[in-house]
Amino acid sequence: MDLFSSDNKVDNNKFKVTDEVRDRIPDGLFLACPYCGTQIYNKQLGDYRVCPNCNYGFRLQARERVALFATDFVEMNADLTIDQTDFPGYQGKLDRAKKQTDMNESVLTGTGKIDGQEVALGIMDSYFMMGSLGSQTGEKITRLFEHATAHRLPVVLFTASGGARMQEGINSLMQMAKISGAVAAHQEAGLLYLVVLTDPTTGGVTASFAMQGDVTLAEPHALVGFAGARVIESTIHEKLPKDFQRVETLLENGFVDKIVPRQELAGIIGQIVAMHQQEVADV
Amino acid sequence: MFEFVKTIFKKDVNPAEVVKKSREDRFLARELINGLVSDFIEFHGDRLSADDTSVIGGIGRLKGRPVTIIAIDKGVDIHDKLSKRNGSPQPWGYRKAQRLMKQAAKFNRPIITLINTPGAFPGMEAEAQGQGEAIAQSILESMKLTVPMIAIIYGEGGSGGALALATADQVWMFENATYSILSPEGFASILWKDAKRSEEAAAIMGITPADLLEKHVIDQIIPEGRHHAKIFEGMQEKLVEEFDAMQALPKRELIESRRARYRAF
Ligand SMILES: [Zn+2]
Repeated sequence: MDLFSSDNKVDNNKFKVTDEVRDRIPDGLFLACPYCGTQIYNKQLGDYRVCPNCNYGFRLQARERVALFATDFVEMNADLTIDQTDFPGYQGKLDRAKKQTDMNESVLTGTGKIDGQEVALGIMDSYFMMGSLGSQTGEKITRLFEHATAHRLPVVLFTASGGARMQEGINSLMQMAKISGAVAAHQEAGLLYLVVLTDPTTGGVTASFAMQGDVTLAEPHALVGFAGARVIESTIHEKLPKDFQRVETLLENGFVDKIVPRQELAGIIGQIVAMHQQEVADV
Repeated sequence: MFEFVKTIFKKDVNPAEVVKKSREDRFLARELINGLVSDFIEFHGDRLSADDTSVIGGIGRLKGRPVTIIAIDKGVDIHDKLSKRNGSPQPWGYRKAQRLMKQAAKFNRPIITLINTPGAFPGMEAEAQGQGEAIAQSILESMKLTVPMIAIIYGEGGSGGALALATADQVWMFENATYSILSPEGFASILWKDAKRSEEAAAIMGITPADLLEKHVIDQIIPEGRHHAKIFEGMQEKLVEEFDAMQALPKRELIESRRARYRAF
């Protein structure tokens, strides 16, 4: 794939779920870009689902993203079940999310190749209960890091999350520490952890593994922050400026390495991973 | 004689009452610091941008042994509370804590953290300075420490803002402290769109020490009473005992057991 092509086409054999997913939205339907507000024909978004005016990447399901970015994907822990469902109404919500997304949790994990480079890949899905961090989410991400450490693989993680899984209470909070322990071990093994911040990444995910990468990329105009805008506004009693928690602001403030349009992402990830293949020599 | 609470019957605990007490100034940060260590010397600043006074940190002697002690302070009077945002740290507060934790590891000093916060501060500057990153790195740094760390929640243990200083080998809580993913008010308003149902939320959230001990989120409950000096004396003895046991471990083993503690969730 041409690294710097900005057209909205993707190599067809990389893209397997297009038809099934796209069939849900008629081509002639008008959509408003959530960032710039431009009215766009659904068809104009192309395979990458990118606004032709501002390059904002529309929210993708994890399975759409894996089809866009990875080849030879082998899913891990697809059937993992950790029962935490005694909170009233939680089981029903989970069941609906599973059906809608064809996933067992808010993150899809496995191994595969991005631009030919072998990686351990995690993709969070904001369509699954807002991508919230449940025990199962935490377990899948932890196992992904453990697998990567054991097999000396880099981890590429696409974050998308509304934050904690409230229904799981303190167990959701504990996931932040659990995953961090696995990140620390991966880091000590001298392996690369590359984060791609996607829209939206907030709360406990921002306050843990989303901000622990060696390299942090972001999709244009993605909203990334710790506290919710409404909480901040009600605390400080003023309106927040436009773009306050957008990644362009985070880049300016020093929290992001590079903002990469979705069409160029696989190529950039591939290059970065390739430049981290050298084993560290013993001193 | 001071004894740690071994069992506490959940039926005897009124969660809404615990929530209320946890927010009262039963213990103050400086009282606790000076109750636990002698010769406390405060160190300021994160060496990057500023000094957040809602995080007090420094060194002192725990029964003679040098330790690093870091406390979240809600403030004493109204002016103090306002300037410390009622114990809601800024990113540079967490970065000061990180600096002191790394310093402790370098000089092989155990770490005590004292936590009382409704949460990390949700402000404009806090976001601009990377509140998420500050908490994330505090947690990650804690997972790499080569010295033992005991975290003590003495009031509110509010979410990620508390976890930033509570990713430790052991977590203790005072009898009338709470530890939760968010406040009962926040929980009720998010899940039921009704903040007034906070008492109900407190009851089902499992935020009391009794609930958390059962889940192994915490390891000890510190009984409260009017004689603070007695409590501090009991804590000192237990801290020394636990630190001694942990410092006898090879450093790798200490780190692995800390990670295993959280791997279990
Ligand atoms: Zn746009």
